[in-house]
Order: sequence, then structure tokens, then C-alpha cells
Amino acid sequence: MVEKGIGARVPRKEDLRFITGRGRYTDDINQPGQVHAVFVRSPHAHARIQRIDKGPALAMPGVLAVLTGEDVAADKLGNLICGWLVKSKDGSPMKMGPHPLLAQGKVRYVGDRVAVVVAETLAQARDAAEALAVEYEELPAVVDLAHAHDAPALVHDEVANNLCYDWELGDKAAVDAAFARAHHVTRMELVNNRLVPNAMEPRAAIGHFDPGQDAYTLYLTSQNPHVHRLVISAFIGVAPEHKLRVVAPDVGGGFGSKIFIYGEECVVLWASKKVGGRPVKWVAERSESFLTDAHGRDHVSRAELAMDADGNFLALRVNTKANLGGYMSTFSSCIPTYLYATLLAGQYRTPAIYCDVQAYYTNTAPVDAYRGAGRPEASFLIETLIDQAAREMRMDPAEIRRRNFIPKSAFPYQTPVALVYDTGDYATCLDEALKLVDYAGFAGRRAQSERNGKLRGIGVSCYIEACGIAPSAVVGSLGAGVGLWESAKVRFTHTGKVQVLTGTHTHGQGHETTFSQLVAEKLGVAYEDVEVIHGDTEKTPVGMGTYGSRSLAVGGEALVKACDKIIAKGKKIAAHLLEASEADIEFKDGKFTVAGTDKAKTIGEVVFAAYVPHNYPAGLEPGMEEGAFFDPPNFTFPAGTYVCEVEVDPQTGEVDIAKFVAVDDFGNVVNPMIVEGQVHGGLVQGIGQALLEGARYDGSGQLLTGSYMDYCMPRADDVPSFEVVTSRGTACTSNSLGVKGCGEAGAIGAPAAVINAITDAIGTRVEMPATPERVWRALQRRPMARAAE
Amino acid sequence: MRISMTVNGKAVSGEVEPRTLLVEFLRNQLGLTGTHVGCDTSQCGCCVVHVDGASAKACTLLAVQVEGASVTTIEGLAQGGELHPLQRAFHENHGLQCGFCTPGMIMSAADLLQRNPDPSEHEVREWLEGNLCRCTGYHNIVKSILAAAQAMRGMARAAE
Repeated sequence: MVEKGIGARVPRKEDLRFITGRGRYTDDINQPGQVHAVFVRSPHAHARIQRIDKGPALAMPGVLAVLTGEDVAADKLGNLICGWLVKSKDGSPMKMGPHPLLAQGKVRYVGDRVAVVVAETLAQARDAAEALAVEYEELPAVVDLAHAHDAPALVHDEVANNLCYDWELGDKAAVDAAFARAHHVTRMELVNNRLVPNAMEPRAAIGHFDPGQDAYTLYLTSQNPHVHRLVISAFIGVAPEHKLRVVAPDVGGGFGSKIFIYGEECVVLWASKKVGGRPVKWVAERSESFLTDAHGRDHVSRAELAMDADGNFLALRVNTKANLGGYMSTFSSCIPTYLYATLLAGQYRTPAIYCDVQAYYTNTAPVDAYRGAGRPEASFLIETLIDQAAREMRMDPAEIRRRNFIPKSAFPYQTPVALVYDTGDYATCLDEALKLVDYAGFAGRRAQSERNGKLRGIGVSCYIEACGIAPSAVVGSLGAGVGLWESAKVRFTHTGKVQVLTGTHTHGQGHETTFSQLVAEKLGVAYEDVEVIHGDTEKTPVGMGTYGSRSLAVGGEALVKACDKIIAKGKKIAAHLLEASEADIEFKDGKFTVAGTDKAKTIGEVVFAAYVPHNYPAGLEPGMEEGAFFDPPNFTFPAGTYVCEVEVDPQTGEVDIAKFVAVDDFGNVVNPMIVEGQVHGGLVQGIGQALLEGARYDGSGQLLTGSYMDYCMPRADDVPSFEVVTSRGTACTSNSLGVKGCGEAGAIGAPAAVINAITDAIGTRVEMPATPERVWRALQRRPMARAAE
Repeated sequence: MRISMTVNGKAVSGEVEPRTLLVEFLRNQLGLTGTHVGCDTSQCGCCVVHVDGASAKACTLLAVQVEGASVTTIEGLAQGGELHPLQRAFHENHGLQCGFCTPGMIMSAADLLQRNPDPSEHEVREWLEGNLCRCTGYHNIVKSILAAAQAMRGMARAAE
């Protein structure tokens, strides 16, 4: 048994620098000769740029450069890309409007980049940015997703009806046939509200061109520095890939928003060359984050569930309109398609499913992956629809779910929407959650609340997600422009210490701890002797980064494979040193032993021999450093049941979360403490979506929720403590660790649990966010509805 | 303008523009980058420091307003190489993930515990109203602060 190995609740090794104020985030870095960039942004949602007069800004003190879309075009820099090609029903490729680094001709959302000002100090850059004179011709703005199709304007002149693609998945004929013979159909229209990711650290970048080396360095807030390097080199063309170093140091949260290749980071790198190689720094203000970080969700859907007389699901039919914003972001096309419709089977054996999705441009900020990315939208749709079905069928909401679960014996299970679930045990999670929340005792608690003048409700949500993205060949066949494997390298030193280099990136997830535990377990070295290095393209092997709850399931497995190679080589060396046959060498707890004897060499001795190969197997390379890449055979499928109990104050419409229970099947768990923390954070983002958060634009496309004064982030006094159980897992079969990933589950499963609980409490459904005003208004409508019955 | 103050027990002074914020002075001129800027509306609390012993948002004070005062930042919280009980509790209870809000959280909680050594969970949650965290869901932050309060009460009793 290895101390601090797999399964141990080890406090994190990354903590020390953060709790003492010695973290090193991008804005904490300053370089000699550094100058500052400020972006001039469009105040209009949709306008033609008539004229930009650089003169007044260039004349301001300290100003070194003012750059616009014309300069971008003159330098022949490429456009920002969307890396996933989605095809419409008729086989035509999605219609992608150009997305330049700085606006060319038109601006397409409030906050769109019009120009950048570079000056000696930040204050000088700000002052000059205000002095830049831009003349616009305002155009009608397309804001309302539901009516984008026949809006009076086109966001991209070449994209008719603002329709980027019209995509479908599933067997439409089979679904139509099932609906024709259904006993009952439950129908629902629902909105998945638009969210702003709001990692606490705003985006930031320092670009540096070194004329002496003819090389570039970019420090930035990234979840995937190698992907940034690839796109900036291959598509934008600022710097060749082998001459570009991208460093993502400590990063203060991402939640998807720091996956994407935005214009600002590319511009500061380019601008550094324009100002003679001085480092150019840009740090977003929070207002800029609200305007320009890719938003999440924003669907309107119509869903229909066909059932037989016993409440067995026969078919599901879904139509979704998805908002892309003013431009396509890096992965925006795959979120409302391959990460959404493929999850519509949920935990259920619904035999026929059909979904079609129309993705529209609007004059709003680009929309892309935000924690969960497509899967929260799918899970919310299924789980609120099923709740409505249970009410209409007069069945218990837990019972209708249990009746339709894919049984434990049915795995691996092919769903009608492309995925093959490898393992799962949905009934066990549901039972455990109902027990923890004391489902049986709910009626008593409801009666007690009623005596106190409150309305109590309980809501169940049985979510599933596809994580560990993904098998490269599969995503490639679906339009992905990249492979989605992951890399790792294990490097021993002479003294037996271990450097782990990973292509993933930690920005809160605790990889430095989890990966150290993993290596301690696999190689029998001390946890303290392992150092995890990430986030620098000049140090780590090429990697694809961290998103989609993939770091352990894909990156961790690459690390296991690298450890296996270390052990295999170590066996050859140990066999030589112990004068035994390689086949007789066993490795356990850091020792190579000749089977059935007490003759052994520690891994430290073997490593030393590898670096000081005086007595060494003939023909074997010296050294002890092994790398591996891992491309998984399938996604992973975390699943679980969340139960939320709310108390609603009918006087104010305020919703209080009285209880929240989460039972998750994440497969095997390396560090339960970290996993629980991931669930807590996800739950609060999900609860935030359900109760508090919603990005709103007015009719002219101005963002009304552009600061923490207007966009309601969950605060400590908005949420309860949670009961989280993560230990009852079915091991994943797509990696040897048996892990599934845990980063997004909370945000995926929580919204439906909260909304179902509110519906149960007040007897009518309220759209997210279920603010006190909306709940109160729903309650005011209720007596009339009752009178009409 | 020239300003002088005490920061983490040391006398410091510097030249600032009148519009310079305390947080800018701390970060850019003193190199104390543990105090973070997470917003521009005094909401997030990533920049909380102590000014003359009480918590304050360093993004909402001009540096010149703090002339002559004593400022403590996260870098000055550990004494004599010993972590503050709150720092220890955040580590032991996984009270942080990305770490960006953490300095402000700890500095804010330190003020709470000197005002109220035995807060309830409800009191802790209410106190943290001015500190946003996007990673932890607050669960383990609250747990950390309650654990630190208990440890500090134990230390106070032992010292009596």
C-alpha cells in the first residue's frame, strides 16, 4: 500500500503558493521594457465602420502604436477559426462568416474589437483609446434568437437567414412512427438561459517578439497552450509554430472560457513585433470579460416525449435553436450538436430519438463551451420533460425514471443517438440519493413547511454526460479538426526524483496533486518526490489541454502508459543487476524482485544504474525517461442522481435550497477530496444557472448584465452545504484507471434538480433563472389557473 | 505625489499619480502580487487587504487615502514562518481550487474571526457576501473558516 497513492485524501501540493500570495498568474508577470495594450471596442451591436482617425490617439503621450483591421489585413494575418465542421441536413457545410482579429468593415456585437492602442503605461493607453475617433453607421441588430431566422438584418451578409447550419441526428421515421402509436405525449417548450463563465481571473496576455532570436513568447490565460500555439501559428500566421513558445502559468479558473483562441491574445503577440519587440501586456477588465469572453448555453427548444400507457418511453423528439453570437468561436459548432443531441438518451432506454438543431448568428458575444457544454442543455431538457411527464401520467418522478433506466445488465449499451455507454448503475445512484435525502419523509417536511407559511418541493435529476473527449478517429469523422489524445512524460533524475510532464493544464483541478498520487502508486516512489510540470510548450510534450473532464481519463492514462514503459525498462536493468531472467522480475511498491526470492533492487537503484550505466545490459539505452500518448477507445460516461429540496416563500417568491444531495458514479476515484470539491463547484454553477444567472441583451443588443452589479453570481449566502457521495462507482472500461471524470457533473445535473423542486413546490414551471420575481409572478397566476380548472 | 505607509510591518513609500489605486500601488510598485483584481465594481473581493486592522477592498481605495496607515496583505499574514490558522485550514479542507479568490477570502475571513471568534455557518456565509468564488461552490471555504475559528479558539485558550 503506497502512502498518498490512489484513493487517498491528500491535501493539495499546489496550495502553498496560493494561500501565501505567491501564485504566478499572467497579470503577476512583468517584463523589462513592457508596454500596455488597450482595446477599442464597438459600442454598437451591429454597425458599419465608416472611418477610423488614428491621428488624435497617436498624438497622445506615450502612444507607440494604434492598429486596426486594415493593419491586420495589410499584414495578411488569418482569421480566427472554428475547429469543428458541422454539416447541415442537406450535406452542405456550415456557413462561417469571417472572424478577423480586429473588425474589418463591420462590427457584430457590443465589445467587438475595433482597434488596439499600445502605449508606455496602461493609463496612457487608456487615455489614447478614449481619444480614438471611430465613425459608425448603425445597422439593425439581430438579438432575439427565436426570431433570428427572419430578422430584418444579416449578421454576416453572406449567411442567409442568419442560419449557420441546420443539423439533425437520429431516426426521424422511427420517431414519427412511435409518436403515432403513443398512449400519451408530453410536450414542453423551454429556454436554456445564456450564461457568462466568469472565471475569477480575467483573461490576460503578454506577447513578446524577440528580434535577436527571431522568436515569439506568449504568456496567457489558457486551458490548452499547445492548441493556442497551433492556431496562432497555422491559421493566424503570427509566428511559425517552432518559433512560438506559449506559456499558461497559474490560471485562475477557466470553465471553458479559456479554451478558445480569441483575438486579443493574438493581437498582443503581433503588436509586440510592431513596436520593435517590446513585450505588450493586456489584462481584461471584468467589463471586457462580460462583453467578450465566450458565453455559454442559450438555447430555445421544443421537446416531446411519447409514452405507452405504463409510462415507458417510446420516443423523444427535440427541436433546438442555438445561439452562436456574432461569430463562430473555436468549438462553438460542436456544442449544440455533437455534445448535446448525442446525450439526449440520458440514462434511459428510449428506443427512438430525433433531434434537429438550427444554429443562428446574432449580434451578441460569441457562444461556446461553458462547464458542461451541450450536456447541461441536454440533461436539463430530458430531466424537466420527464418530470412533466410524470405529473401528466400521475406517476412518482423517481418511479418513472427507474422504470425507464437502462438496466445494469444492458451495458455496453448502444443509444439511438450514436454513443455507446460502457458502464453504469443508475438505479443504485437513484436509490442512494433518495435514501440520503429521506425521500420517504418528504411529505412530513412539506407539511411542516406549510405550517410555517412556506411551499416545499423536491426535485430529482438523473444526469449523464460524455467526458474524456475523445477517440480521435470518432471526433474526426464527425468534423473535428484536431485529434483529442493526450500526452505525458515521466522523467527520473539521477537521485530518483520524478518530473512528470503533462499536456493537460491545471487551473484549479489539482493535477499537481492527483498526478503525483498516480505516479506514487504506479512507481512506488514518494509522493513528495514527484513534480508535475504543465502549461509551457517549451517544457511539456505536445498536448491538447484540459476541458471536457478529460485530464485524468485521457491525460492520466497517458501517464500510466509512460509509467508502464518505465517499469518495462526497469525490469531489463534489474534482471541484469540481479543476474536473473527478465521474465522472472516482478515490480511492486517500488521494488524489482526476482520472483519467489528476496533478491531485489529498488527503483532508485535501477534508475541510478540507468544514468550511471557502468554495469548495464548490453545494447540498452541509458537514461530513464519515457513518454506516451493515449487516444481513448471511447468517451467516458459519468452519471448520477441529484436531489434538491427547496422552500419557497410565497410572499416574496424567494427560493431557499433546504437540502441538496449528489450521488455520482465517477468510476474509480484518485483523490476523493478533490473530486468532492469539483462537484461542489459544479453544483453551485448549476444552481446559479437555475436561480440567479442570466445574460441579457436589450433590443438594440446592449448587454444589460455587464458587471457583477447586474449579473447575479452565486454568493456564499445563496447556497447551502452539500451532501456529496462519490464512492459508489462502476469502473470505466476505456482506461486502465477506471476513471470517468468529475469536473462538469455538478453543472450538468443541478439545474433540473432545482427547477423540478420549484415546480413541485409551486405547481407550475418557471424558466431559468427562477428569480424571486419570476416565482412570485408564477404564484400570482396560479389561483386563476386553479379557478379555470 | 509621494506617499508613505507601513505594509506588512515595513515602512514603504513611493511616487504615485493621484488616480493610483491602493491595489495598483501594492501590485505594481511593491510587487505584492498576491492581492488580485477580479472586477471593476468592488464586488468580487479578490483584492481584500487589511488597512489598520480592518478588511478593505484595495480596488476601492486610492493609494493616497492610505497615507500613513498600516496595511497587511496576504504576503504578510503568516508570522515567523508559521502559516496563519486560516491558511492552514484552507489547505487542509481544500478551501481553494484555482487560488485566485483565495487571498481575498482569507484576508476577509481573518477580519471576521477577529470580530467574531465563534461564527455560525450562517454568519460565515453572510460575511462572505463581498467575496466571489467560482470554483469551490463555497462549501469548503466555509468549512475551512469554521475549522480555523475552532483552531484559533483552541490557541487562545491555550495561551490563557
